[in-house]
Amino acid sequence: MNTPIRRLAVFALALFGVLLLNVTWIQVFQAEALRTNPHNNRQYVDRLTEPRGSIVIGKEEVAKSEPVGGDSDDLQRTYPEGPLYAHVVGTFSTSGATGIEEAQNALLTGDDDRLAVRNFVDTLTGEEKQGASVELTINPKVQKAALDGLSALGKNGAAVALNPKTGAILASASVPTFDPNEVTSVTDAEGSLKKWQELQESENRPLLNRAFNERYPPGSTFKVITAAAALEDGATPESTMDAPASLDLGAPLPNAWNGPCNGGSPDSLAHSIEQSCNTSMANWAIKVGGQKLSDQASAFGFNGDEIKTPLPVTESLAPAETDRNTLGRAGIGQANNEATPLQMAMVASGIANDGEVMKPYLVDSVKDADLSVVESAQQERLSTAVSAQTAEYLKQMMVLVTEGPDASGPQGAIPGVKVAGKTGTAEVGDGSTHNWFISFAPADDPQIAVAVVVERGNVSGGKLAAPIAKKMMEAVINE
Amino acid sequence: MSEPQTALPPVKRRNAELVMTLFAIAITLFAMIEAGLTRNNEMPPDLFLYAGLFGGLAILAHVFIRFFAPWSDPLLLPLAVLLNGLGIAMLWRLFEATGDTDKGSAMSQLVLTAISMAVFAGIIFFLKEPRTLQRYPYIMGLSAIILLLLPLVPGLGQTINGARQWISLGFTSLQPSEFAKLALVVFLSGYMVSKRDVLSLASKEIKVGPLKVLDLPRMRDLAPLAAMWGFCIIVMVGVMNDLGTSLLLFGTFLAMIYVATHRSSWILLGLVPFLAACFALYPLVHHFSVRVDTWLHPFADGIINGPLGANSQQLVRGLFAMAEGGLFGSGLGGGKPGFVPEVQNDFIFSAFGEELGLTGIMVMLMALALLVERGMRIALASKEIFIKMLASGIAFLMAFQTFVVIGGVTRVIPMTGATIPFVAKGGSALLSSWVMLALLMRMSNNARKPAPQAIQDEGMTQVISR
Repeated sequence: MNTPIRRLAVFALALFGVLLLNVTWIQVFQAEALRTNPHNNRQYVDRLTEPRGSIVIGKEEVAKSEPVGGDSDDLQRTYPEGPLYAHVVGTFSTSGATGIEEAQNALLTGDDDRLAVRNFVDTLTGEEKQGASVELTINPKVQKAALDGLSALGKNGAAVALNPKTGAILASASVPTFDPNEVTSVTDAEGSLKKWQELQESENRPLLNRAFNERYPPGSTFKVITAAAALEDGATPESTMDAPASLDLGAPLPNAWNGPCNGGSPDSLAHSIEQSCNTSMANWAIKVGGQKLSDQASAFGFNGDEIKTPLPVTESLAPAETDRNTLGRAGIGQANNEATPLQMAMVASGIANDGEVMKPYLVDSVKDADLSVVESAQQERLSTAVSAQTAEYLKQMMVLVTEGPDASGPQGAIPGVKVAGKTGTAEVGDGSTHNWFISFAPADDPQIAVAVVVERGNVSGGKLAAPIAKKMMEAVINE
Repeated sequence: MSEPQTALPPVKRRNAELVMTLFAIAITLFAMIEAGLTRNNEMPPDLFLYAGLFGGLAILAHVFIRFFAPWSDPLLLPLAVLLNGLGIAMLWRLFEATGDTDKGSAMSQLVLTAISMAVFAGIIFFLKEPRTLQRYPYIMGLSAIILLLLPLVPGLGQTINGARQWISLGFTSLQPSEFAKLALVVFLSGYMVSKRDVLSLASKEIKVGPLKVLDLPRMRDLAPLAAMWGFCIIVMVGVMNDLGTSLLLFGTFLAMIYVATHRSSWILLGLVPFLAACFALYPLVHHFSVRVDTWLHPFADGIINGPLGANSQQLVRGLFAMAEGGLFGSGLGGGKPGFVPEVQNDFIFSAFGEELGLTGIMVMLMALALLVERGMRIALASKEIFIKMLASGIAFLMAFQTFVVIGGVTRVIPMTGATIPFVAKGGSALLSSWVMLALLMRMSNNARKPAPQAIQDEGMTQVISR
């Protein structure tokens, strides 16, 4: 009788063993993952009373914590600039966080390992834990130019600006935007939550960061990638290609002005870019081939892994087409090609930076409460998209877009400065068009690369998007 | 029985018990002090009341044991006092310290502890020979079933938190299933004593070729197993919505039948249909499938914010609380246990995890494990079959109960709802724990007591030759 009792005793002990192992697993090995689990709003509620670092843009605190007042210890997060930086800076409230507030939460609260030594010293000296402040790369002037320009049109859209040499994101605007102050109230948490739900359900999707997370057909702006593939394939800006008034790609593909590109004779690559010729560029795409075109797009960052800026960026798509008709349309940025505004800004900045695409980043530096730098941005090269020679050719061709005799985007030109640009008018499929403009300036020493898209602008990239890009570039050049 | 020597040494060790009990009382009071200081920056205002009552009760219990069960195992009482004290301290921290005693209070837990200890003393005093319980196995079995079904009586039964496992007695409500488990253990012990030979010997062999694969018991001996199995399923599916109890009953039943017959075929015979029934019922019974889904994917979007949200929310928040506690916890009063809905019931464990950390939980689990293993030790040391069965049954019941509730809270198994022995809030749970302890105490006392000395010693038998 004792043998089964002994076995039962061992079994009971094994049950306890399982429990012990499991709680160890939860409380030690899984703990970090559970603490930062998106469903865990404890990390935010706990933090209502903890001092939280500021988010700084251009020496100004654009997110800071202030006491609610009264006899409450709670801190209210405020956003002095309201809607201007909403998508980048994000929101922080009891129910969660978005944007940089979420992505850099550990640093802002001071829990990050990089602050461990400091926190330890603070513990010894009996001081309260302080969060680090996060400084962003955004340039307020460029950001304002972008948001004002987009808002004035009364349409949805997005604009991104990069420093082509470093990859620093100078502006990232998405319209419609919202006011973070309205959804983060501590004292009126219910009202905030209601407002948040309203925004979530709104048809215009104001919470969506279009600059990073919405994909659009890139339209004619993609032609610079087609041209890049052709140049890398051995062509020169003077190489010519048939440019009829219309090309038969399953359905006829006309030019924007319903005529041929060079009076009916073959058109040079440079001139095709200058006036944004559809038929010749489609022919170039067919000549280069689907695999090479897709590879060229990948070299600029398409089809890549998700980039963390640290905000997640949606991947842009440029699949390798095998069907001639689809390939022709892919060459002019239609068919299955889809790009985020940030991706098109990366294309412009890659050409501006002699073919080197820098990894885009938002966080310039992190400073602890004593203002000593905890971490500063590491500039890294994402890829070499084209050779320096090809980049130079593309630059010259893109300058013609704003100043050439047949320029398609003269609205992007800035007096006294050479601007390289490319317009785009992308068909959505329901008859309306998205209007694009990508550019960088000054062409000989690029300081800013821009991509602007206006959803369903229904005019042309030159008309609607180029003036906004111009204003953004001027904000940097005229400093 | 030619078995190795397992008897416990005939030593009393009552002083060791006293020291350990005092230690357990001290831990409880220090826990309360810590909670008070951390939360409200002041000593608990009613500390002396608790010290007097709880300490007094524990010491009284000890003194009582000194007189009436002097040979019993000295570890049992201190462990129970420690667990019970930790429970009281945590409830005090959750309710009295926050000034919100709607959902429970340490004071009422203390009063219930007092009542439970009185019953404990009563059992030790009146039940001099636990084997007398052997006489009425069928009455015990019947009462177990009646107790289980009591909540279904209209007007008497109450549904609390979706489970119909309460009866209202006007002034208080009871959970009869807590006592049904005990009655079942007693019934099985008695039943097995008379039937174990039949159950373990009469069998049909199942052969595959020349190899014996399995010994199956005869159909007529299967009856109790089938009845038990069917009953558990009925309880589970039925109106009661009480998965925890059915799992406990069934697990304990299998363990005891194994101890009695020493045949693993019985375990297989019980588990296979049980699991089959689980699979069959999964799509049919709503609250069962909810629990399983929650267990499998607590973080899945459709579940955590779906219609089953409340269930998953509780589990997930319990896990978050434990993760927050980490290795050493936030200290009593330093965490946010209120984040877990209904934390005072099963999820009190996650509150311990958050505030005492892994270290504290390990202490609690080890204390429970020790209690269980001491119970098993008593079973080994006893001579009578009935006592062996009873002691190992009670010990396993404690172990399995702990496993079911803590395993549910920490996602080892689906959440079913049961109570941690001695720690959980509630009179029925406390009372049944102390009754179990009283039985163990009494049995260990009888097992360790030195055999009575012969009255006369006449020396060797002499052969007288004429």
